[in-house]
Amino acid sequence: MHYTPAPLHIPDGFLNLVVSLIFWTLTGLAVGIAISKTNKALGEKQVPLMGIMAAFIFAAQMLNFPVAGGTSGHFLGGALAAIVLGPWAGILVMTAVISVQALLFQDGGLLVMGANIFNMGILTAMIGFGLYRIVSGSANKTIKLAVAGGAAWLATVAAALLTSLQLWLSGTSSLQVVIPAMLSVHILIGIGEALITVAALAFIMQARPDLLEAEKVAKKGGRGWIMAGVLVSLIAVLLSPLASGDPDGLERVAEDIGFLQFGQSAPYTILPDYTIPFLGETPLSTIIAGIIGALVVLGVMVVIGGMLKKQNA
Amino acid sequence: MHADAFDRYYAAESPLHRLDPRVKVLVTVAFILSNALLPDGAWAAFGLGWIFLLLANSASNLGVDFTFRRSFIALPFMLVAVSAIFAPSGQPLAQWTVGGIDLVPTDTGLIRFGSILLRTWLSVQAGILLVAVTQFPDLIHAFEHLRVPAVLTTIIAFLYRYLFVLTDEVLRLLRARDSRSAALPGQKSGRSVFWRAKIAGHMAGQLFLRSYERSDRIYNAMLSRGYTGQMRTLRAHLMRRHDWLVLTASILALLFLQLIGRIG
Repeated sequence: MHYTPAPLHIPDGFLNLVVSLIFWTLTGLAVGIAISKTNKALGEKQVPLMGIMAAFIFAAQMLNFPVAGGTSGHFLGGALAAIVLGPWAGILVMTAVISVQALLFQDGGLLVMGANIFNMGILTAMIGFGLYRIVSGSANKTIKLAVAGGAAWLATVAAALLTSLQLWLSGTSSLQVVIPAMLSVHILIGIGEALITVAALAFIMQARPDLLEAEKVAKKGGRGWIMAGVLVSLIAVLLSPLASGDPDGLERVAEDIGFLQFGQSAPYTILPDYTIPFLGETPLSTIIAGIIGALVVLGVMVVIGGMLKKQNA
Repeated sequence: MHADAFDRYYAAESPLHRLDPRVKVLVTVAFILSNALLPDGAWAAFGLGWIFLLLANSASNLGVDFTFRRSFIALPFMLVAVSAIFAPSGQPLAQWTVGGIDLVPTDTGLIRFGSILLRTWLSVQAGILLVAVTQFPDLIHAFEHLRVPAVLTTIIAFLYRYLFVLTDEVLRLLRARDSRSAALPGQKSGRSVFWRAKIAGHMAGQLFLRSYERSDRIYNAMLSRGYTGQMRTLRAHLMRRHDWLVLTASILALLFLQLIGRIG
């Protein structure tokens, strides 16, 4: 009955033991710290809150909206959980959700749960909260929503990237196949995630602004999260173009079959072949093009955030 | 909505049902670990592992083919591993050109893919059996015994308990949306994708606030009924001699499996 929207849950048998162990260690550390931090900051009352929030994330994943041709978009929730509940509580909540998905629905394996929790719970908390924390003190709702949306999108893409790397390191898939496949799908899924995160956040900001007050957010996580979030985001942005150096699958197919010449050139080229014109075809050029692309997406988010804010006002 | 809509438990009278939940969890994890430790191509050991699984199935009185029938859910993810067939090392078996791409399956690649397939298939079935013969609250209690931090197990317990309440809320929200979404037959209803996503996002925000405020009421209700931070259960879960025997026998069987896998 339950089905995952984004195929990021790795089943048992797909990661080798070394990779599993590494991520179990990282996840164990993060969850351990999260438990002690939430104990100190929140107290006994907040355990029921986190439990019900976990149920909320689980239930919210059932909210769908039709996208195109019978498919529908869904919601993963890691970034939203981290932004609204704080990073440590967000990590615990996503850990609970992912464990129950693995246990009850075999959505994700038991031995590889460390990696799954890291990809979908900890990474998303770092990027979601880290980036949001930068602007949480701002009085401008649009900027906050835009950054939250961009962070949610980037968190989804980064999770897909890390999953691909884990599969490659375990010898399960070849890099050339898995990275384009995963990234292309999740770049689209991430847009849905960003839209829902922004809309949900806008709603909460209007109905209960006290939940997202700057001091409250600052108390839940310090500036270290900003550094972590920015660092991880940069790595994700930089790694993606470098990771699949070969020509895109479709281009390759087109080249070989010979219908490449039939493709029409775009009437205008701003960043031809993911390069900056004067830098030529160097990795630096690709990286800068990638950053520009990300900024454009962020800009689109600002516009959407502005439209949403006006309609909510 | 039924409180057991998310339940994967199949009630029956069987030795496996009566087994201490700790033992069941440990044996499941050991089985999955054993599969992961077996080298690629250890077909005899994988076969023995399958027999171990079938024996467990029959001990559950749910049918020898119980997990087999439910085991195909992991299939779609197999596509991710298909590229392992074309691993560069090993003897090439054929040369295919599909749409301009050269694909060379190798013997090591094929063995690797088959091994991944078997490991996942066996592990998924072990997980299915575990939740089929253990009630979820007992499962959580077993984790507490196995030293999983109480904060996590309590959150999971709350998740399970209140999932049905929140799912009812989701169904109400979906029904409300449907009843406000008039559509002419044959015509697409609603506006752009962005608008639809916005509505879905507002529903998620609405659900969040209802859950958040509900958690306050739930906490106060539990306090007034004597909640002191621990989830209590009537079942004491004491390890009997029988449980220790089953645990030891299973571990020995899996070690034997490992031996077969390495000398074969």
